Amino acid sequence: MKSIIQMAVGLAVVASVASADEVAPDAVVFDDYGAVEQSLTGVAGNVENGIVIMTNRGKGNCIACHQVDALADYPFHGEVGPALNGVGGYRTEAELRGIVANAKHTFPDTVMPSFYKTSGYTRPGDAFTGKAGAEPLAPLLTAQEIEDVVAYLLTLTD
Amino acid sequence: MKMTVLKSAIAGLALVASGAMAEGGFEINGEVSITTHAPTPDYLDGALPELISGWEFRSADTQAMQLDDFDNPGMLAVEAAMVAWDEVEGTAEKSCASCHGSAEESMVGIRAVYPKWNETAGEVRTLAMQINNCRTEQMGADAWKYDGADMSGMEALISVQSRGMPVNVAIDGPVAATWEQGREMYYTRYGQLELSCANCHEQNYDNNIRADHLSQGQINGFPAYRLKTAGLVQTHNRFKGCIRDTRAETFSPGSAEFVALELYVASRGNGLSVEAPSVRP
Repeated sequence: MKSIIQMAVGLAVVASVASADEVAPDAVVFDDYGAVEQSLTGVAGNVENGIVIMTNRGKGNCIACHQVDALADYPFHGEVGPALNGVGGYRTEAELRGIVANAKHTFPDTVMPSFYKTSGYTRPGDAFTGKAGAEPLAPLLTAQEIEDVVAYLLTLTD
Repeated sequence: MKMTVLKSAIAGLALVASGAMAEGGFEINGEVSITTHAPTPDYLDGALPELISGWEFRSADTQAMQLDDFDNPGMLAVEAAMVAWDEVEGTAEKSCASCHGSAEESMVGIRAVYPKWNETAGEVRTLAMQINNCRTEQMGADAWKYDGADMSGMEALISVQSRGMPVNVAIDGPVAATWEQGREMYYTRYGQLELSCANCHEQNYDNNIRADHLSQGQINGFPAYRLKTAGLVQTHNRFKGCIRDTRAETFSPGSAEFVALELYVASRGNGLSVEAPSVRP
Protein backbone atom coordinates (compact mmCIF):
# COMPACT_ATOMS: atom_id res chain seq x y z
CA MET A 1 0.00 0.00 0.00
CA LYS A 2 2.74 2.38 1.01
CA SER A 3 4.66 1.69 -2.15
CA ILE A 4 1.57 2.44 -4.20
CA ILE A 5 1.29 5.79 -2.48
CA GLN A 6 4.96 6.48 -3.07
CA MET A 7 4.50 5.58 -6.68
CA ALA A 8 1.54 7.96 -6.78
CA VAL A 9 3.64 10.75 -5.34
CA GLY A 10 6.28 9.98 -7.94
CA LEU A 11 3.73 10.15 -10.71
CA ALA A 12 2.42 13.45 -9.41
CA VAL A 13 5.90 14.91 -9.52
CA VAL A 14 6.41 13.68 -13.07
CA ALA A 15 3.06 15.12 -14.05
CA SER A 16 3.78 18.54 -12.62
CA VAL A 17 7.20 18.65 -14.25
CA ALA A 18 5.81 17.63 -17.61
CA SER A 19 3.26 20.41 -17.54
CA ALA A 20 3.86 21.93 -20.95
CA ASP A 21 0.61 20.45 -22.25
CA GLU A 22 -1.26 20.75 -18.96
CA VAL A 23 -4.50 22.68 -19.01
CA ALA A 24 -4.55 25.19 -16.12
CA PRO A 25 -7.64 25.17 -13.86
CA ASP A 26 -8.85 28.50 -15.24
CA ALA A 27 -8.37 27.34 -18.82
CA VAL A 28 -10.49 24.18 -18.73
CA VAL A 29 -13.20 24.30 -21.39
CA PHE A 30 -16.54 22.91 -20.20
CA ASP A 31 -19.30 22.39 -22.75
CA ASP A 32 -22.93 23.32 -22.11
CA TYR A 33 -23.47 20.10 -20.16
CA GLY A 34 -20.30 20.41 -18.11
CA ALA A 35 -18.28 17.88 -20.08
CA VAL A 36 -14.57 18.39 -20.85
CA GLU A 37 -13.41 16.85 -24.11
CA GLN A 38 -9.73 17.63 -23.92
CA SER A 39 -7.41 15.68 -21.64
CA LEU A 40 -6.01 17.93 -18.93
CA THR A 41 -2.50 16.59 -19.53
CA GLY A 42 -2.34 14.69 -22.80
CA VAL A 43 -1.01 11.77 -20.75
CA ALA A 44 -3.21 8.70 -20.44
CA GLY A 45 -4.66 8.21 -16.96
CA ASN A 46 -3.20 5.55 -14.69
CA VAL A 47 -5.91 3.23 -13.39
CA GLU A 48 -3.92 1.97 -10.40
CA ASN A 49 -3.18 5.49 -9.25
CA GLY A 50 -6.82 6.32 -9.84
CA ILE A 51 -7.68 3.77 -7.14
CA VAL A 52 -5.25 5.44 -4.75
CA ILE A 53 -6.85 8.82 -5.38
CA MET A 54 -10.35 7.36 -5.01
CA THR A 55 -9.67 5.78 -1.63
CA ASN A 56 -7.02 7.89 0.08
CA ARG A 57 -8.37 10.32 2.67
CA GLY A 58 -5.61 12.78 1.85
CA LYS A 59 -6.39 12.69 -1.86
CA GLY A 60 -9.74 12.51 -3.67
CA ASN A 61 -11.32 10.30 -1.00
CA CYS A 62 -14.15 9.76 -3.49
CA ILE A 63 -15.53 6.81 -1.55
CA ALA A 64 -16.17 9.13 1.40
CA CYS A 65 -19.35 10.06 -0.44
CA HIS A 66 -19.73 7.43 -3.19
CA GLN A 67 -20.19 3.71 -2.91
CA VAL A 68 -18.06 1.68 -5.32
CA ASP A 69 -18.53 -2.08 -5.05
CA ALA A 70 -15.28 -2.74 -6.91
CA LEU A 71 -13.43 -0.97 -4.07
CA ALA A 72 -15.03 -3.03 -1.32
CA ASP A 73 -11.56 -3.85 0.06
CA TYR A 74 -11.34 -0.25 1.22
CA PRO A 75 -13.68 0.25 4.20
CA PHE A 76 -16.41 2.82 4.79
CA HIS A 77 -18.09 4.00 1.63
CA GLY A 78 -20.36 6.99 1.99
CA GLU A 79 -23.94 7.68 0.91
CA VAL A 80 -23.81 11.40 0.18
CA GLY A 81 -23.36 11.03 -3.58
CA PRO A 82 -24.69 8.39 -5.98
CA ALA A 83 -23.05 4.97 -6.15
CA LEU A 84 -20.56 4.81 -9.02
CA ASN A 85 -21.07 1.19 -10.03
CA GLY A 86 -21.29 1.03 -13.81
CA VAL A 87 -20.60 4.74 -14.22
CA GLY A 88 -18.02 4.04 -16.93
CA GLY A 89 -20.76 2.36 -18.96
CA TYR A 90 -23.24 5.21 -18.99
CA ARG A 91 -20.99 8.28 -18.80
CA THR A 92 -18.50 9.31 -21.45
CA GLU A 93 -14.88 10.10 -20.69
CA ALA A 94 -15.57 13.80 -21.32
CA GLU A 95 -18.54 13.81 -18.94
CA LEU A 96 -16.55 12.08 -16.23
CA ARG A 97 -13.62 14.47 -16.69
CA GLY A 98 -15.95 17.45 -16.34
CA ILE A 99 -17.65 16.06 -13.25
CA VAL A 100 -14.39 15.17 -11.49
CA ALA A 101 -12.77 18.50 -12.40
CA ASN A 102 -15.73 20.66 -11.41
CA ALA A 103 -19.08 18.95 -11.02
CA LYS A 104 -20.93 22.23 -10.58
CA HIS A 105 -20.86 22.74 -14.36
CA THR A 106 -22.91 19.54 -14.72
CA PHE A 107 -24.96 19.72 -11.50
CA PRO A 108 -25.15 23.37 -10.36
CA ASP A 109 -26.33 22.62 -6.81
CA THR A 110 -24.22 19.56 -6.14
CA VAL A 111 -22.57 19.11 -2.75
CA MET A 112 -19.50 17.70 -4.52
CA PRO A 113 -16.31 19.77 -4.13
CA SER A 114 -14.65 21.13 -7.25
CA PHE A 115 -11.39 19.24 -7.52
CA TYR A 116 -9.74 21.35 -10.21
CA LYS A 117 -10.51 24.90 -9.18
CA THR A 118 -8.25 27.42 -7.49
CA SER A 119 -10.20 30.61 -6.81
CA GLY A 120 -13.64 32.08 -6.18
CA TYR A 121 -14.07 30.65 -2.68
CA THR A 122 -15.78 32.05 0.41
CA ARG A 123 -13.15 32.38 3.19
CA PRO A 124 -10.59 30.14 1.49
CA GLY A 125 -8.35 28.42 4.01
CA ASP A 126 -4.81 27.11 4.10
CA ALA A 127 -5.67 23.42 3.78
CA PHE A 128 -7.12 22.15 7.11
CA THR A 129 -5.32 24.61 9.40
CA GLY A 130 -8.34 26.89 9.85
CA LYS A 131 -6.12 29.80 8.88
CA ALA A 132 -6.63 32.01 5.84
CA GLY A 133 -5.29 30.80 2.52
CA ALA A 134 -4.35 32.99 -0.42
CA GLU A 135 -5.97 32.36 -3.79
CA PRO A 136 -5.11 30.89 -6.13
CA LEU A 137 -5.10 27.80 -3.91
CA ALA A 138 -3.49 24.61 -5.13
CA PRO A 139 -6.30 22.54 -6.68
CA LEU A 140 -7.53 19.59 -4.59
CA LEU A 141 -6.21 17.23 -7.27
CA THR A 142 -3.58 17.76 -9.95
CA ALA A 143 -4.45 17.56 -13.63
CA GLN A 144 -2.91 14.11 -13.89
CA GLU A 145 -4.71 12.90 -10.77
CA ILE A 146 -7.99 13.95 -12.40
CA GLU A 147 -7.02 11.94 -15.50
CA ASP A 148 -6.13 8.95 -13.31
CA VAL A 149 -9.52 9.04 -11.58
CA VAL A 150 -11.29 9.33 -14.93
CA ALA A 151 -9.31 6.36 -16.25
CA TYR A 152 -10.37 4.33 -13.22
CA LEU A 153 -14.03 5.35 -13.47
CA LEU A 154 -14.06 4.24 -17.11
CA THR A 155 -13.21 0.72 -15.93
CA LEU A 156 -16.48 0.60 -13.94
CA THR A 157 -18.67 -0.82 -16.69
CA ASP A 158 -20.60 -3.52 -14.81
CA MET B 1 -37.65 7.06 0.16
CA LYS B 2 -34.41 5.30 0.91
CA MET B 3 -33.72 7.82 3.61
CA THR B 4 -37.07 7.32 5.29
CA VAL B 5 -36.64 3.57 5.34
CA LEU B 6 -33.11 3.88 6.64
CA LYS B 7 -34.16 6.34 9.26
CA SER B 8 -36.94 4.23 10.67
CA ALA B 9 -34.65 1.22 10.60
CA ILE B 10 -32.01 3.09 12.52
CA ALA B 11 -34.46 4.58 14.96
CA GLY B 12 -35.87 1.11 15.57
CA LEU B 13 -32.44 -0.37 16.09
CA ALA B 14 -31.43 2.42 18.42
CA LEU B 15 -34.45 1.90 20.59
CA VAL B 16 -33.93 -1.82 20.84
CA ALA B 17 -30.21 -1.51 21.39
CA SER B 18 -30.32 1.10 24.09
CA GLY B 19 -33.36 -0.14 25.89
CA ALA B 20 -34.85 3.31 25.66
CA MET B 21 -38.21 3.37 27.30
CA ALA B 22 -40.37 5.11 24.76
CA GLU B 23 -40.30 5.89 21.09
CA GLY B 24 -38.48 9.12 20.43
CA GLY B 25 -36.68 9.44 23.69
CA PHE B 26 -34.84 8.01 26.67
CA GLU B 27 -34.51 8.56 30.38
CA ILE B 28 -31.52 9.74 32.35
CA ASN B 29 -31.08 8.11 35.76
CA GLY B 30 -34.53 6.65 35.26
CA GLU B 31 -36.07 10.00 36.08
CA VAL B 32 -35.36 12.73 33.54
CA SER B 33 -37.28 12.21 30.29
CA ILE B 34 -35.46 13.29 27.14
CA THR B 35 -37.35 13.87 23.91
CA THR B 36 -35.18 13.07 20.89
CA HIS B 37 -37.75 13.84 18.18
CA ALA B 38 -39.69 17.07 17.83
CA PRO B 39 -41.83 18.71 15.16
CA THR B 40 -40.10 21.12 12.81
CA PRO B 41 -40.77 24.76 13.75
CA ASP B 42 -42.63 26.74 11.09
CA TYR B 43 -39.73 29.13 10.52
CA LEU B 44 -37.65 26.30 9.05
CA ASP B 45 -40.09 26.14 6.12
CA GLY B 46 -40.06 22.35 6.04
CA ALA B 47 -36.27 22.15 5.70
CA LEU B 48 -36.35 19.08 7.96
CA PRO B 49 -39.22 16.56 8.22
CA GLU B 50 -38.66 16.48 11.98
CA LEU B 51 -36.00 17.48 14.49
CA ILE B 52 -33.82 14.64 15.76
CA SER B 53 -31.30 14.79 18.57
CA GLY B 54 -27.73 13.74 17.80
CA TRP B 55 -28.22 10.99 20.40
CA GLU B 56 -30.26 9.01 17.86
CA PHE B 57 -27.33 8.90 15.42
CA ARG B 58 -24.85 7.39 17.85
CA SER B 59 -23.94 3.78 18.56
CA ALA B 60 -25.72 1.89 21.30
CA ASP B 61 -22.60 2.00 23.49
CA THR B 62 -22.31 5.75 23.23
CA GLN B 63 -26.03 6.22 23.78
CA ALA B 64 -25.91 4.11 26.89
CA MET B 65 -23.34 6.39 28.51
CA GLN B 66 -26.01 9.10 28.65
CA LEU B 67 -28.57 6.98 30.45
CA ASP B 68 -26.90 7.17 33.84
CA ASP B 69 -24.84 10.04 35.19
CA PHE B 70 -22.37 7.60 36.74
CA ASP B 71 -21.55 6.44 33.20
CA ASN B 72 -21.42 9.93 31.72
CA PRO B 73 -17.83 11.24 31.80
CA GLY B 74 -19.13 14.77 31.24
CA MET B 75 -20.52 14.76 34.76
CA LEU B 76 -17.01 14.99 36.22
CA ALA B 77 -16.75 18.51 34.80
CA VAL B 78 -20.16 19.29 36.29
CA GLU B 79 -18.92 18.21 39.71
CA ALA B 80 -15.84 20.40 39.35
CA ALA B 81 -18.07 23.31 38.37
CA MET B 82 -20.18 22.78 41.50
CA VAL B 83 -17.06 23.50 43.53
CA ALA B 84 -16.29 26.55 41.39
CA TRP B 85 -19.87 27.76 41.88
CA ASP B 86 -19.19 28.24 45.60
CA GLU B 87 -15.69 29.65 45.19
CA VAL B 88 -15.25 33.30 46.18
CA GLU B 89 -13.23 35.13 43.54
CA GLY B 90 -12.48 38.70 42.48
CA THR B 91 -12.48 42.11 44.08
CA ALA B 92 -16.14 41.94 45.10
CA GLU B 93 -15.35 38.79 47.11
CA LYS B 94 -18.32 36.95 45.73
CA SER B 95 -19.01 33.52 44.36
CA CYS B 96 -21.74 32.53 41.93
CA ALA B 97 -23.66 31.32 44.98
CA SER B 98 -23.47 34.74 46.64
CA CYS B 99 -26.06 36.08 44.20
CA HIS B 100 -27.62 32.95 42.72
CA GLY B 101 -27.83 30.66 45.74
CA SER B 102 -28.16 27.04 44.76
CA ALA B 103 -27.60 26.33 41.07
CA GLU B 104 -30.08 23.49 41.33
CA GLU B 105 -32.78 26.05 42.01
CA SER B 106 -31.75 29.32 40.39
CA MET B 107 -30.45 27.91 37.10
CA VAL B 108 -33.48 25.82 36.17
CA GLY B 109 -34.56 26.69 32.64
CA ILE B 110 -31.64 29.01 31.89
CA ARG B 111 -29.84 26.85 29.31
CA ALA B 112 -33.07 26.30 27.39
CA VAL B 113 -33.43 29.96 26.39
CA TYR B 114 -29.81 30.83 25.54
CA PRO B 115 -28.51 32.57 23.47
CA LYS B 116 -30.86 35.41 24.38
CA TRP B 117 -31.15 39.17 24.19
CA ASN B 118 -29.68 41.24 27.02
CA GLU B 119 -31.63 44.47 27.17
CA THR B 120 -29.15 46.43 29.28
CA ALA B 121 -26.18 45.58 27.09
CA GLY B 122 -28.19 45.71 23.89
CA GLU B 123 -26.67 42.47 22.59
CA VAL B 124 -27.34 38.79 22.05
CA ARG B 125 -25.55 36.83 24.74
CA THR B 126 -24.53 33.22 24.82
CA LEU B 127 -24.39 31.45 28.16
CA ALA B 128 -20.59 31.76 28.12
CA MET B 129 -20.83 35.50 27.53
CA GLN B 130 -23.26 35.85 30.44
CA ILE B 131 -21.02 33.80 32.73
CA ASN B 132 -18.05 36.01 31.90
CA ASN B 133 -20.14 39.13 32.33
CA CYS B 134 -21.02 37.98 35.83
CA ARG B 135 -17.37 37.33 36.55
CA THR B 136 -16.04 40.67 35.34
CA GLU B 137 -18.96 42.95 36.27
CA GLN B 138 -20.40 41.36 39.42
CA MET B 139 -17.45 39.49 40.92
CA GLY B 140 -14.57 41.70 39.81
CA ALA B 141 -12.86 38.52 38.65
CA ASP B 142 -10.98 37.75 35.46
CA ALA B 143 -12.94 36.52 32.48
CA TRP B 144 -12.52 32.85 31.69
CA LYS B 145 -11.22 31.74 28.33
CA TYR B 146 -14.32 31.46 26.15
CA ASP B 147 -13.79 27.79 25.37
CA GLY B 148 -11.62 26.74 28.29
CA ALA B 149 -12.37 23.93 30.72
CA ASP B 150 -13.63 26.28 33.47
CA MET B 151 -16.18 27.74 31.10
CA SER B 152 -17.37 24.52 29.51
CA GLY B 153 -17.74 22.96 32.97
CA MET B 154 -19.81 25.88 34.25
CA GLU B 155 -21.94 25.78 31.11
CA ALA B 156 -22.49 22.09 31.73
CA LEU B 157 -23.47 22.65 35.37
CA ILE B 158 -25.99 25.29 34.36
CA SER B 159 -27.26 23.15 31.46
CA VAL B 160 -27.86 20.12 33.69
CA GLN B 161 -30.46 22.14 35.60
CA SER B 162 -32.51 22.33 32.37
CA ARG B 163 -32.19 18.72 31.28
CA GLY B 164 -35.43 17.42 29.87
CA MET B 165 -36.81 20.91 29.29
CA PRO B 166 -37.49 21.89 25.67
CA VAL B 167 -35.01 24.19 23.98
CA ASN B 168 -36.88 27.44 23.50
CA VAL B 169 -34.73 30.27 22.17
CA ALA B 170 -36.43 33.40 20.87
CA ILE B 171 -35.78 34.30 17.25
CA ASP B 172 -37.80 37.49 16.81
CA GLY B 173 -37.80 41.02 18.18
CA PRO B 174 -34.36 42.37 19.03
CA VAL B 175 -32.55 39.13 18.10
CA ALA B 176 -34.10 38.90 14.62
CA ALA B 177 -31.13 40.45 12.79
CA THR B 178 -28.65 38.18 14.58
CA TRP B 179 -30.81 35.14 13.85
CA GLU B 180 -30.93 36.14 10.18
CA GLN B 181 -27.13 36.48 10.15
CA GLY B 182 -26.85 32.99 11.60
CA ARG B 183 -29.25 31.60 9.02
CA GLU B 184 -27.21 33.18 6.23
CA MET B 185 -24.07 31.53 7.62
CA TYR B 186 -25.80 28.16 7.88
CA TYR B 187 -26.36 28.13 4.14
CA THR B 188 -23.00 29.65 3.11
CA ARG B 189 -20.68 27.24 1.34
CA TYR B 190 -17.36 27.93 3.01
CA GLY B 191 -13.82 27.01 2.08
CA GLN B 192 -12.19 25.10 -0.72
CA LEU B 193 -14.62 22.21 -0.26
CA GLU B 194 -17.50 24.70 -0.59
CA LEU B 195 -19.60 23.07 2.10
CA SER B 196 -22.34 24.72 4.12
CA CYS B 197 -23.74 23.45 7.40
CA ALA B 198 -26.87 22.55 5.41
CA ASN B 199 -24.99 20.44 2.84
CA CYS B 200 -24.20 17.87 5.52
CA HIS B 201 -26.67 18.40 8.35
CA GLU B 202 -29.83 19.28 6.43
CA GLN B 203 -29.43 17.62 3.02
CA ASN B 204 -27.49 14.57 4.19
CA TYR B 205 -28.25 13.81 7.80
CA ASP B 206 -28.57 10.08 8.40
CA ASN B 207 -26.16 9.43 5.51
CA ASN B 208 -22.63 8.26 6.04
CA ILE B 209 -19.69 10.33 4.93
CA ARG B 210 -16.88 7.80 4.98
CA ALA B 211 -17.19 6.34 8.51
CA ASP B 212 -19.12 9.27 9.97
CA HIS B 213 -22.86 9.04 10.41
CA LEU B 214 -24.11 12.55 9.74
CA SER B 215 -26.55 13.98 12.27
CA GLN B 216 -28.68 17.10 12.04
CA GLY B 217 -25.97 19.02 13.88
CA GLN B 218 -28.30 19.79 16.76
CA ILE B 219 -26.72 21.52 19.76
CA ASN B 220 -29.26 20.62 22.45
CA GLY B 221 -26.63 18.30 23.95
CA PHE B 222 -23.88 20.93 24.22
CA PRO B 223 -21.51 21.27 25.87
CA ALA B 224 -20.95 17.66 24.86
CA TYR B 225 -18.44 15.18 26.19
CA ARG B 226 -16.46 14.07 23.17
CA LEU B 227 -14.87 10.65 23.50
CA LYS B 228 -12.32 11.47 20.80
CA THR B 229 -10.85 14.34 22.78
CA ALA B 230 -11.86 13.09 26.25
CA GLY B 231 -13.33 16.40 27.30
CA LEU B 232 -16.25 18.77 26.97
CA VAL B 233 -16.62 20.67 23.72
CA GLN B 234 -18.73 23.77 23.33
CA THR B 235 -20.82 24.66 20.33
CA HIS B 236 -18.24 27.19 19.19
CA ASN B 237 -15.45 24.58 19.35
CA ARG B 238 -17.53 22.33 17.14
CA PHE B 239 -18.41 25.13 14.72
CA LYS B 240 -14.74 26.08 14.50
CA GLY B 241 -13.76 22.52 13.67
CA CYS B 242 -16.54 22.04 11.13
CA ILE B 243 -15.70 25.20 9.19
CA ARG B 244 -11.97 24.38 9.38
CA ASP B 245 -12.79 20.98 7.86
CA THR B 246 -14.23 22.69 4.79
CA ARG B 247 -10.69 23.98 4.18
CA ALA B 248 -11.83 27.46 5.12
CA GLU B 249 -10.51 30.27 7.24
CA THR B 250 -12.60 29.53 10.29
CA PHE B 251 -14.02 31.85 12.96
CA SER B 252 -13.04 32.14 16.62
CA PRO B 253 -14.99 30.88 19.63
CA GLY B 254 -16.87 33.84 21.07
CA SER B 255 -16.84 35.75 17.77
CA ALA B 256 -19.94 37.68 16.73
CA GLU B 257 -20.30 35.29 13.80
CA PHE B 258 -20.42 32.21 16.03
CA VAL B 259 -22.82 33.91 18.45
CA ALA B 260 -25.17 34.43 15.50
CA LEU B 261 -24.68 30.90 14.23
CA GLU B 262 -25.29 29.48 17.71
CA LEU B 263 -28.56 31.37 18.02
CA TYR B 264 -29.71 30.10 14.64
CA VAL B 265 -28.62 26.49 15.19
CA ALA B 266 -30.14 26.49 18.69
CA SER B 267 -33.43 27.62 17.16
CA ARG B 268 -33.31 24.67 14.75
CA GLY B 269 -33.56 22.53 17.88
CA ASN B 270 -36.46 24.35 19.56
CA GLY B 271 -38.61 21.58 21.02
CA LEU B 272 -35.85 19.02 21.56
CA SER B 273 -34.82 18.46 25.18
CA VAL B 274 -31.78 20.04 26.73
CA GLU B 275 -29.44 17.04 27.05
CA ALA B 276 -26.13 18.52 28.12
CA PRO B 277 -23.65 17.18 28.82
CA SER B 278 -24.34 14.67 26.07
CA VAL B 279 -21.81 12.01 25.06
CA ARG B 280 -20.59 11.96 21.47
CA PRO B 281 -17.87 10.01 19.64
